[in-house]
Amino acid sequence: MRISLNQLPDGQAAVVAEIRAGGSLMARMTAFGLKPGRRIRVIRRANWQGPLHVRVGMTEIMIRRSDAQSVQVAVDPA
Amino acid sequence: MPNTGKSTLFNRLTASQARVGNWPGVTVAAQAARIAAGGATAEIVDLPGIYSLEGGCEAELIVRRFLEREPINLCLVLLHAAQLDRQLTLALQLKTLGLPLLVLLNMADEAAALGVRINAARLSAELELPVRLISAKYGGGVAAAWQCIESLLDERPGAARADGAGRHARAQSGRRNELHRVPQRAESLPRNGQTACLGCGACPMTWAAGATAGVPAAVAVERIYASAVKAPDDLPERLTARLDRLLLHRQLGLPLFFVTVFLLFELVYRLAAPMQEGMVWGLGRLRLELLEPALRAVPPLLRSFLLEGLYNGVGTVLSFLPVIVLFFVAMAAIEDSGYLARAAFLMDAVMARAGLDGGAFVIQVMGLGCNVPAILGTRVMRSRALRLLTMLVIPFSLCSARLQVFVFLAGALFSARAAPLVLLSLYAASFAAAALTAVVWQRRYRSPEPLLLEMPPYRLPTAGHLLRQARRAAEHFLRRAGGFIIGGMVAVWLLTHLPTGVPPAGPATLAGRAALLLVPVFRLVGIGPLLSLTLLLGFAAKEIIIGALAVIYRAGDAKLAGVLAADLGWVQAYSFMLFTLIYTPCLATVAAIRQESGTWRFTLFAVGWSLTLAWLASFLFYQGARALL
Ligand SMILES: Nc1nc2c(ncn2[C@@H]2O[C@H](COP(=O)(O)OP(=O)(O)OP(=O)(O)O)[C@@H](O)[C@H]2O)c(=O)[nH]1
Ligand SMILES: [Mg+2]
Repeated sequence: MRISLNQLPDGQAAVVAEIRAGGSLMARMTAFGLKPGRRIRVIRRANWQGPLHVRVGMTEIMIRRSDAQSVQVAVDPA
Repeated sequence: MPNTGKSTLFNRLTASQARVGNWPGVTVAAQAARIAAGGATAEIVDLPGIYSLEGGCEAELIVRRFLEREPINLCLVLLHAAQLDRQLTLALQLKTLGLPLLVLLNMADEAAALGVRINAARLSAELELPVRLISAKYGGGVAAAWQCIESLLDERPGAARADGAGRHARAQSGRRNELHRVPQRAESLPRNGQTACLGCGACPMTWAAGATAGVPAAVAVERIYASAVKAPDDLPERLTARLDRLLLHRQLGLPLFFVTVFLLFELVYRLAAPMQEGMVWGLGRLRLELLEPALRAVPPLLRSFLLEGLYNGVGTVLSFLPVIVLFFVAMAAIEDSGYLARAAFLMDAVMARAGLDGGAFVIQVMGLGCNVPAILGTRVMRSRALRLLTMLVIPFSLCSARLQVFVFLAGALFSARAAPLVLLSLYAASFAAAALTAVVWQRRYRSPEPLLLEMPPYRLPTAGHLLRQARRAAEHFLRRAGGFIIGGMVAVWLLTHLPTGVPPAGPATLAGRAALLLVPVFRLVGIGPLLSLTLLLGFAAKEIIIGALAVIYRAGDAKLAGVLAADLGWVQAYSFMLFTLIYTPCLATVAAIRQESGTWRFTLFAVGWSLTLAWLASFLFYQGARALL
């Protein structure tokens, strides 16, 4: 099942399936290891529609919800 | 890569005091130091960290320009040993350029704690590059890595030695230090043979093409990583995760941050107060026992100049040395802990409403030490609009120089109970001025910049690191004190004592006459002529203000507080503090804004805006308070 990173419940593991973003955002995401095939997990969300605290591979990053929208992740229905 | 410990290694190898912090983008300019390597002298350059070769922020341009122009004998690529899954890419990009590289996997201690096992020999074979595991912070493996550096330099002596600065291997990329070897008689050679190098056709310096040629097949990275690194699928829960649960708590996180910072500063003042008293006492004794007897034979005017001008002024400023140094140690501890990245996370939603982001908040916090490096710190921002807006806001950060003025005035004019609250209210006012500025101008400097930031683990600052930062702060402070603060004192004394024959600091002196011109502007905000004169001088640097007061009131260190209290009401004093807080911090900051923005228009606009805001705030406060009381 594919959902956007925004919709991934906190703590649930998933795999990055696809990123639909423009060149510069895409490049920055890649630099942080955010690319298809990577294991990803949302650790927490900040209050007031603040950013997501995400773990991708071995790195923890923060990403704004609007940017996370462009990341599609695949989760096990089970 | 940013935040991989380049500056830490640089400091360890060269005994320098480069700024270190657990936050990506601490280093924003190249910094060089020389050390002996084998029989020759090597120059090591610490560069800003970059994420890739194609990035577009100022810090990355600086790295690129450096690599395009400077001869390099060996390029040290620092990678975070526990994050090779994403960081290996850069080593591969660099390799395609055919440059002499040494890959240093730093933070070996953290990798081991996470259960990440790295087969360095295997990695080296796969990459076809020398690889060493080190821990720059604690020193593990650094000696061995240094030997490797020396032998690599020896293996390739031809490059820089054969024809001086002409033919040399050069590397391109960020995340590491560069080593270029300077031949023994370096002085006779062009230090940075730029011309020779720019024309060097052998250098594969095609940045644009690098975008395509430099991106190695992602598959290769995956394969190499899988063969040489074993990382557990589920990382053990570390202290960081547990701390984050508390410190990043949805409701408690933000209040906790502010309380922590407040308590830390409170501790600084508590610790510094007795030291400051000690300094004041010592300086007073010195004057009584040594200077006054020694100067007895000197003509009165000169004696007055030396004692009331120079000694009182500079001495008063110097007595703040303990506060400033401790304050910077506290800042260094926060910076090195990793808490700032959390602050960025917590504050981003709030900052977004003002057109800024969490990263801008961190830079703002760094401005509490000194505004100048904070202005330079905007170099890591990609969007020019965001950068300008941040630069507009930074000068409202209550820096350590202004802190001196407020600590002094709050102590002199308010009760011991009220003084901390006065300081706190000034921090709140500085925050309000910054917020107002951002909200008002965000439409003019709008940016659609995405926010992607690393959240590094919490790290404990070492005592050695804090000591280094303390030394750095002290040196910085003394340099400023030695330079234009002495100049400021001399100017104040001359203004308040010339022409001769009139009462010092009276209306007939140069100062008195200049102050009269300022009366119309400052009467409405309750700031008297002599005080307004100190504001005028404070434009150069805020450290001058207290020293200038000491000269104007002809009262050194210990006595000044009493004299001021007799002369000033608290409403006037607070209005004065508000003005001091909000108007342009110092000439150095103005120069930094000019340099970083590249335009005078913006610089003048920033200065004008802060002056306007300062006057308005003082006006509203003074007139409001008078109407109410
Ligand atoms: N655990 C551990 N921490 C380290 C090590 N080396 C550096 N650090 C910490 O990592 C953080 C970043 O160090 P810096 O030296 O500022 O990193 P940098 O690469 O210069 O960073 P930028 O200039 O921002 O690109 C600091 O908190 C250091 O104390 C290490 O070997 N082990
Ligand atoms: Mg650095």
